[in-house]
Formats: sequence, structure tokens, C-alpha cells
Amino acid sequence: MTTVPETTPPVSERAASTDVLLDIDCLKMHFPIRRGLLRRKVGEVKAVDGVTLKIRRGETLGLVGESGCGKTTVGRCISRLYTPTGGRICFDGVDITSMSEKEFRPLRRNISVIFQDPYASLDPRQSAGSIVGEPLKVHKLVENKRDYNDWVERLFVKVGLDPNLMSRFPHEFSGGQRQRIGIARALAGEPKLIICDEPVSALDVSIQAQIINLLMDLREGASGLGYIFIAHDLSVVKHFSDRIAVMYLGRIVEITTPGELYDNPLHPYTRALLSAVCVPDPDLEATRERIVLEGEVPSPVNPPSGCTFHARCVNAIPECSKTVPVLKDLGNDHEVACLRVG
Amino acid sequence: MNALPTACEVRPAVELLRVDNLQTEFRVEEGVVRAVNGVSYTVDEREIVGIVGESGCGKSVSQLSVMQLVRNPGRIVGGEVWFEGHNLLKYRASSPQMREIRGAKISMIFQEPMTSLNPVLTIGRQLTESLELHLGMTKKEARARAAELLDSVGIPSAQSRLDDYPHQFSGGMRQRVMIAIGVACRPKMVIADEPTTALDCTTQAQLLELMLSSIEGCQGALVLVTHNLGVVARYAHRIYIMYAGRIVEQGLCRDIFYRPRHPYTIGLLKSVPRLDEERGRRLVPIDGTPPNLIDLPPTCAFLPRCAVAGERCRLEPWPELEPIDGEGHMARCYMMEATGE
Amino acid sequence: MNDVSTTPAVETIAAPRVNEWKRFLRVFFQRKLVIVGVAVILIWVLTAIFAPLIAPYDPNLQNLKENLQPPSSEHWVGTDNMGRDVFSRLVYGTRTALYVGFGTVIVSAIIGMILGLLAGYLGGVVNAIIMRIMDALMGFPMLILALLLAAVLGGGLQNVIIALSIATIPGYTRLMCAETLSVRENEYIMAQRAIGSKSFRTMVRHVLPNAFQPLLVLITTMIGNVILAEAGLSFIGIGIQPPGAAWGSMASAGIRDLGTLPWLCFAPSLAIAVVVFAFNMVGDGLRDALDPKLRGTL
Repeated sequence: MTTVPETTPPVSERAASTDVLLDIDCLKMHFPIRRGLLRRKVGEVKAVDGVTLKIRRGETLGLVGESGCGKTTVGRCISRLYTPTGGRICFDGVDITSMSEKEFRPLRRNISVIFQDPYASLDPRQSAGSIVGEPLKVHKLVENKRDYNDWVERLFVKVGLDPNLMSRFPHEFSGGQRQRIGIARALAGEPKLIICDEPVSALDVSIQAQIINLLMDLREGASGLGYIFIAHDLSVVKHFSDRIAVMYLGRIVEITTPGELYDNPLHPYTRALLSAVCVPDPDLEATRERIVLEGEVPSPVNPPSGCTFHARCVNAIPECSKTVPVLKDLGNDHEVACLRVG
Repeated sequence: MNALPTACEVRPAVELLRVDNLQTEFRVEEGVVRAVNGVSYTVDEREIVGIVGESGCGKSVSQLSVMQLVRNPGRIVGGEVWFEGHNLLKYRASSPQMREIRGAKISMIFQEPMTSLNPVLTIGRQLTESLELHLGMTKKEARARAAELLDSVGIPSAQSRLDDYPHQFSGGMRQRVMIAIGVACRPKMVIADEPTTALDCTTQAQLLELMLSSIEGCQGALVLVTHNLGVVARYAHRIYIMYAGRIVEQGLCRDIFYRPRHPYTIGLLKSVPRLDEERGRRLVPIDGTPPNLIDLPPTCAFLPRCAVAGERCRLEPWPELEPIDGEGHMARCYMMEATGE
Repeated sequence: MNDVSTTPAVETIAAPRVNEWKRFLRVFFQRKLVIVGVAVILIWVLTAIFAPLIAPYDPNLQNLKENLQPPSSEHWVGTDNMGRDVFSRLVYGTRTALYVGFGTVIVSAIIGMILGLLAGYLGGVVNAIIMRIMDALMGFPMLILALLLAAVLGGGLQNVIIALSIATIPGYTRLMCAETLSVRENEYIMAQRAIGSKSFRTMVRHVLPNAFQPLLVLITTMIGNVILAEAGLSFIGIGIQPPGAAWGSMASAGIRDLGTLPWLCFAPSLAIAVVVFAFNMVGDGLRDALDPKLRGTL
């Protein structure tokens, strides 16, 4: 069991590229709440309320936050499973915000999605092979049956599955293997960006590492492949990402590199989130600061005014309930949205 | 919060619960699932014990067996559960003695608060019920105590919320109510089965701290069943690691984390990303998948996934728990010379 | 161990191949009545196919000299008022029931499923239009609606099938719509959108196969119901026209002599009851065998 931990090179060496792949500007996604006989709009769930982000080519951005903070919604807006209600998303220089499904369809092979639940995200009535090969058929990437079979077989090998299992059905696989099928499907169109929505949280602890390693290997194998890694588990996100954005109630409160985030968290919410994560190290745990937040996350239907975190924040001043803080660049690749910082 | 005991603190060693060779099996169509296959452990008074394992390792079933809450097709087929001088398995599941134990002496906090609270009874009714039954309080006393309890778990305007129904509370609030019910009768022991898994990080932290202080308040012991190594590192005094229905390693918290000897424990620790480490360390996963518990071979169940397995592991049945360095530190492995470095 | 993880290990399958089909058959045939039901349906279908070989007489051969005979070795269930052999008419009646039962179900299930799939998957205006029409149709009891339609269209086998089809479409549409709505919420449908699959492809290849199982149960029990409804229409004389051999009209003709020659009415009624019962039993068996909630417990 003596293993020398290998380290992955940072993004600058891996995909030396500074050009922006994805440029999100003030993204908003407000879901209407409809009631009554006439389905009249009575309110809005402000799931995403002004998110601004840039992702470089080949970069992995971690999107972390608690349930209801809008991280999944951001991912679904980028993959255009939702049509945003405001703001702008540019992918590879093309504005995709309000493209019709028909216009956007050819671009879909560039942005693929890995879903959380490996049980619900695979069609139970399709064989593993045809699930993985579906994008090839949809985008007509192959000309004949033989090319198709070869391609699917390559994908199976790439994600560590035995190609002889192509004719098996999802229920015959374990959770980890199913997630590999999902990953193979996401890779089929040779995407530039993969949105991983909680890809390991439904898996057993001992299996999670297999999937994380696989995703990291794939990143190193394909030049220019970037991820948006959405998760609530800060340890996993920190391990995996080049930069991390922390979300709270539909907004990004802090965005920085993993090292900075751990050593120098500036937003009070980030600090609370960090302290809530337990480290499997009893001595360290005995000395770590524990910040226990008061109360619960407010409803996104009626978010607090100003900084949405002000009611639970220990540093809040009266100003915080009036002014919406914007992300301030503090240098060192560190941006934070807090009036009391900087 | 600083008053909480930490792993290093000296604790009184008065044994509260002793489970001996507990066996629970499920008869299903394909065969017999030995979910709990000879599990023995102890819990001392006021101790926090962590039981760690992946889904299907038998950690929850072992706890349900102690409470005799295993449902069909599960059956407890052997073992003894000694609590305050009585073998609980001698009582029938529905006997008055068992009901008394479950209500007043040992309580259980489940993962899913929505399914463990009765949706058609008010929170107040569910709290006062056991107070009246087990502590012999009058209606009025019980109601006052219930309000106190709700207040102590941080539910605002507790008095008025007694008449609310479970669906009127949020997920985190319901779990707080569960904690209040769990400690209502000042139990000797609380079993928390993945109490915070369904919740968010910060809510999880809130509730764990709350649960610990509530149990501390009634001087009870806590059995914390979880798959989260970080949580036990933070709170547990002693830890049992389970795999495929058996305990594979047990010991004090620091022994488990700093001197693990079973390959599975070592594998688990190496496979989880840690918040405090340099980014980009390659995780060392445990290969393969957890075993199917139907008709397990007599050899070590971890063998197919083990990186250090030797000839002996393949030929001989699963070894017994062997004592190693450290107080009560034991592991079930033939290859411990190899894992000791 | 590092090597293993850098070049992804080829994983072998952990669980043994699960044979769904075997499990299905075992659960399905667990009930004795399902076996009886399947046997009755088999006999019924075979009788319909080989009717000319089984029936001792031409079902329409009139012999007024020998009318209203009691059962005998020559005429097993006697003869009717026109002197036709009742047993032969019962045997040919299986054909009518078969045509009506399967014909109606094929037509109405296909149309109903398409409408339900469209309503459920496309939602919005399409859903509103389709479902309001279905609601309007469902406002009438099935038999009354079929009766009205048959009265408008006139009798005869083909018109009976059309009338019953229209009357039974809403059931399929509703169920299919509900199933589609629930299947649509699955992540694999969202995954299908994410890879850029067109709506039609998703609907046909992914929604339909996953929504089909409950439909199968409905189709099975519907065959019985339709046969019963046809018998009802024929009984009141707007179904199969004479001299066609239909159980409903035979029962209706026999009712005049119920006091003296009860078999004339009871024999066709019994035939109807047995077939309808068989389909209901098989439907119940299918429901149990296909129920995902029972999977793994039985």
C-alpha cells in the first residue's frame, strides 16, 4: 500500500491557454410560480440571480454551494436545458443565450453533461452500447455500422469498461459502472466542455475515487477538455478544480483558486462552509475553527435585500442589507463579493 | 460548543451496551443475505462510538437489530445484546420490556426525518406521548417540557409550534424535532443512523453540534452510524469499521486514522479527497465493487479488492479480529505485517 | 495500484446476468387463475381459427322442422327458433368476438397511445386540446357512447369496431399521457435533450418503450371489456346484424324462451362471461408481473 502520490500539473502546464471558452455575464434564471385556474404568475423563484463567470479553455471550474443555491441551474443554463431569463452566455465566441433549440443542436456535441444519479440518467430499456452510441447517431458522426461499433468500443475502453458488456442493460451494472457509461456517453461527441453535475455524490465512498481519477485522466488525455464540476462536497471540488466559485442563493460570493480558498477564505459564508467540512484527521479536527451558522437558507422566492447572506452573517453592518455586493478582484486570482472585504 | 468532549479526553469506562456475535440475515429469492455476520462491539457510558462503512455493509441493520426493529424478510438469527444486565434479544420485539427500552432507554434518530415523523400527529403530540408514557408526566407537565425541548434544539417560538404538523417544518427543522424527540426521555444511549446525510454541509454541521450538545446534556452515549470518515474523526472516541457484514477493524479514533492496519481502512482513508491537502494528489481508489452479500465465500470478503492479499488469504477462512498495538485496536487480516509499515 | 488507475482497468461485471424474462414468467404464472385465463384464451383463439372444423353444422343452416330442440347427441346445445345448431353458432361466435376484441383494441390502442404520447411529451396547447377532447368523450359511459356511435354508423362488424374504438380511445390516451409525463421527468430524457436528440426520436425511442408496460395491462383487460360491450350492442340489436353469429344477439334471441329453454340464453352468456373473466385474470397477472414495485420481492 505504499504509493507515492502523483500530482497533476496545474492548468497552466496542462492546457496552456488563456483564451476564454465560456463567458457568462450577469446570468439570470427566474422560474415563474403559477397558481390557480388561469395559471397566473404569482411570483418567481430566483434560482440564479446575476452570475458572472469566465472559463478558460481546458480549465476546470468547481461550482460549490448548498442545495437551492442555483449551481445546478447554472449548469443547465449553460447546456441550454433551460433558457435563461436574463444575461448572456457566450460559448467559444458565439452567443448561445437565446438560440432556438434547432440552432443550438449542432453545438450540443461541444457541451455535454454528466448527471448525478447513475440510476435515473440511463434509459433502462436501452443497452449500454446504444446509450453510449446515441450521440454518434444523433449528430451523424459515423457513416457505417462498423465505424459506429469501433467508436463505441473505444469509448468503453476509455472509461474502463469491458466492451463485451455493450449488449448488457443498465440494471446489470453497479453504480460506479453506470456512471462510467454516463461518462462514455458524455465523451462520445468529443466535447470541449463537460458539465459534471454532482457526478460522484450518489456513489459509495470507495467508488468515488475511481470516478474522480477517471475524470482527471480524461482531462489530461484530451487537450482542451474543460469541466464545470458542480458539487456540494468542498473536499471533492477542491481536489478536482483549477478554480472554485462558491455560490449562495443564486449568486457567486467568492471565486478563487483552491489553495487560496483553503488558506485565505474571505467571504464569511465560504468560511462557514469550509469549517463545516470534516477532515478525516482527528488531531486537525480538534484544532479547527468551527463556525456554526445561525438559521436556515432563506427562500429564493423572496431573497433578503442587499447581500443575501447579511441576516446570517457575523460581520454584517447595516449597509449590507441595502447594497448588493459585486465581485471585487483582489488580485492573486481572487474575487469576492462582500462589502466588508477589500 | 467548546465544552464538547474531544477524542483525546479521558473518559469513564463503564460499559453500557455489549453486543456479542450478532447475526441478522435476510431471506430473499436468490438466497440468504448475511447482512450482519457475527458483529460484536461495546459502548461505554457517555461514549461516542462511530460505526463506519459503505452502503450495504450492515451498519444500519446491526443497529436496527439491537433495537429489534428489523423488518421482514430480515431475521435476527443469533447473538446477544446486553444492556443494563439484560439480554435484549431474550425479549420479543413487541414485548413491554422492549418498548420500554426503545422509548426511554435507547432512542434512534434516522436519516429521513419525513418518514420517521408521523404526518398526521402534531409535533407536540409526538413529543409529549413518550414523556407521558415513560416518565409518567401529566399532560400539562409534558407540554411544558416539550416546549422546552423544542426551544433547546433551536426552534424559534417553540411554544406556538407545538401544534404544527411535520409538513409545516423544513427538512433541517424536522431533523431538529427528531433530535428533540430522541433526547426527550433522557435516554442512556442514542443511535443516530446517518443523521445528517440528506442535509447540506452547513446544516449538517449545525445539527451535529446540536445533537452532540443535546446528548451531552442528558449524559447519554451516542452511536454514530455514517459513511463519512470526517464526521467520525471530528466526534467519535472509538470507531468500528464494517465491511460485508463484519467488523474489519476497531480501535480508538486516533489509532484508526493514524495507524490503520486493515487494507480496507487504509484504502478508505486514501481514497477520499481531503480538504487540507495539496491539490492534485492522485486518489488511490479501492478497485472493484463491494461484494454481493448472497452466499459469500468463507474467505475474506475484501480479498477480491485487496492490494496486499497473500496466499493465506485465498486458502483460509476470514480470520478473527486480532489485537494489535493500541488500546482495543483490533483488525481482521492475515497480512498485517505488510500493512503495519 | 497506481498502474491500475492510470490505465483504466477493464471492469468485469459484478452482478450475474439478471434474467428479467424468466422472472416475469415465474411471477406471471404464480397464480392458478392466470393459468386458467391463458388456457381459456388459447382455446378460444384456436376455436375461432378452426371453427369450420369444430362446428358440426353450418351456423346459418336453418331447419325449421327441428327448431327449439333441447340438447341431444346431435345438437349439443339444442337448436334455436330457426332450427340452427346453437353449438355451431357458439363456435362461430368466437370469431366475431375475436374480430371485435382484437380489432378494436389494435385500432384504439394505437390511436390512443399516439395522442397520449403527443399530449404528454409536447404539453401546452397540444395537451390542452387533446385532453379536453378526451374529457368530453369520457363524459359518456363507454357503452352509451358506443351505442350512440353505432346507432349513427349503423350495425355490422366494421361499424361496431369503429364505434367501440372511438369509445375506448380516451382510456389509452389518459394513461399514456400520465405515463409520458412521469417518464419525461426522468434524467435520461433530459440527458437525451442534452446530447441534442430531436423530440420525435426521444419520444419514440425513449419515452414510448418506458411508458408501454402499464398500457399492456390496460390493453389486456380492455379486450375483455370490448367483447362485453359488443355483446351488449348485439343484445339490443345494433351490433352484429343477423344472421351473423354473435353471442350477444344469441343471448338476446334466447331470452324469449328463458323459462322453457334456458340454455339458449345461458350458453352464449356463459361464453361471454368466461372469456371476459379470462382476460381480466390475465390482466391482473400482467399487472403483478410488470409492477416495478414488486420487483425483487416476489
